[in-house]
Amino acid sequence: MSSRPDGEIIHFDNVGLRYDHDREVLSDLSFTLFPGTFYFLTGASGAGKTSLLRLLYLAQRPSRGVIRMFGKDAITMPRSGLPALRRRIGVVFQDFRLVPHLSAFDNVALPLRVAGFAEREIAGPVGDILEWVGLADRRAARPATLSGGEQQRIAIARAVIGRPDMLVADEPTGNVDPDMAVKLLRLFELLNRQGTTVVVATHDVHLLRKVPESLIMRLDRGRLSDPTGALRYPPRRPA
Amino acid sequence: MSMPPTKSSRRRRARARRLFAGTDAELVPQGHMSGPMPWVIAIMVALTAIALATGLALGNTVTAVTAEIEGGVTVQLVEPRPDVRQQEAARALDALRIVPGVASMRLVPQEELDALVAPWLGGGIETAAGAGIPVPALIDVRLQHAATQDRVAAIQRSLARVAPSARVDAQSAWLKPVFDAIVSLQWLAIALVALLAAALAAAVLLAARSALGTNHETIEIVHLLGGTDAQIARVFQRAIGFDAAGGGAIGLALALAVILSLGRRFSGLGAGMVSSGALIWTDWLLLALVPLLATGLAMMTARLTVMHALRKML
Repeated sequence: MSSRPDGEIIHFDNVGLRYDHDREVLSDLSFTLFPGTFYFLTGASGAGKTSLLRLLYLAQRPSRGVIRMFGKDAITMPRSGLPALRRRIGVVFQDFRLVPHLSAFDNVALPLRVAGFAEREIAGPVGDILEWVGLADRRAARPATLSGGEQQRIAIARAVIGRPDMLVADEPTGNVDPDMAVKLLRLFELLNRQGTTVVVATHDVHLLRKVPESLIMRLDRGRLSDPTGALRYPPRRPA
Repeated sequence: MSMPPTKSSRRRRARARRLFAGTDAELVPQGHMSGPMPWVIAIMVALTAIALATGLALGNTVTAVTAEIEGGVTVQLVEPRPDVRQQEAARALDALRIVPGVASMRLVPQEELDALVAPWLGGGIETAAGAGIPVPALIDVRLQHAATQDRVAAIQRSLARVAPSARVDAQSAWLKPVFDAIVSLQWLAIALVALLAAALAAAVLLAARSALGTNHETIEIVHLLGGTDAQIARVFQRAIGFDAAGGGAIGLALALAVILSLGRRFSGLGAGMVSSGALIWTDWLLLALVPLLATGLAMMTARLTVMHALRKML
């Protein structure tokens, strides 16, 4: 992992989230994510991992608190400003969320098309990343014809193709074999070394050991435990 | 592994506005002239064009006939005795020559009068022994200006002494109820055009909502990948615009077939008022604009509907 630059990429201050009038699923979350850092988000099922990720990739606004993203207040920001922030975040959804009528190639190319890249600028990188995830020969396949693991790799390729400032992945290795899981983790590390902040939600403790310099965010019934203070005050590391 | 260039440019922003334009893939599956939408639009455009053509033809009729009879005055000499009637007609013509504002006048010949009543009373009614029917003598007068009540009264006064049996009428007064009815029909045609436009907008609104519901998942994904409301709206706008343009062209073709067929039938009647309602080139131009306006209306409705629905998402 490269040295951690100064500044912050995400800042949560006393954030709470409740759906409708139910009890809070996330409470009093206060933490800062720094550029170029690798985070694992862990916690038991129902601890609120997915809800926290939804806040991180701007699918949800919190019920209370302050969220600052890339130096901007994401709570008071008008809706028209959110797409620009979202383009800086790559997301791997737990259920992949591939567009069913688009080919693997078009699914991966989607973020680049949304960002306005020309077709000639898209073909090379998309082809390369499909090859990297081992699906170059399935570029024309529709998601329904791909296995769970293949769909997951397409979802990951789509999330990283735009070189996001932050990558958020919800159980990204849940449907792939151990070898592919390691390979995908290496891809995340590669992006991380290039400066991308990576947040991976997982309950696979073996995965945590594979990135020894990662920071752990542990959610327990909607509350974040940070016993060492590493999230709020991460240690500076030499280059 | 190659990565896409990151440099932002104006051209890139312009391409982003045309999301998926120019690619074989489509963000939302599109029927391209399949499904009911193009045919609904075709019917709407056909009905609108026919209603518009009707309104324009009626307008042309009113304009043409009004121009023709605006300054027309008819003097009827209702004297039953033929010799006195002829003397009164001669004196009336002399008197009319010095009435200010009279442009021309013409004593309608007896043959024309006979021809006018022949369909009801048969021929030779003046000469048939013992069966002479006193048909009034008619003088067709053209004024330099419109035949107002004051001008008609002035003519009546000037004829009162020389032709006591003279009755003076403005020709426009006879046709006023007909004109009023035509103007009402014109308003009806305008109302029909407005209603059809509203119905078209409502049909597009329902289609756009249905498409939004069907493609909700895809829209949410694009949203989360940083797609803007305008980008997504344009995808739907393009799809509906394509259907509307195709449906509009079919609708216009149907309407033209109906209008030309009706036009041929009416021109076959040979009636002056009907033939004066023929469409002129500007009318045909207006009719040609109907599918274009319908396409514009459909695209605008689709855009507003989608933008409104997307505003409910974060």
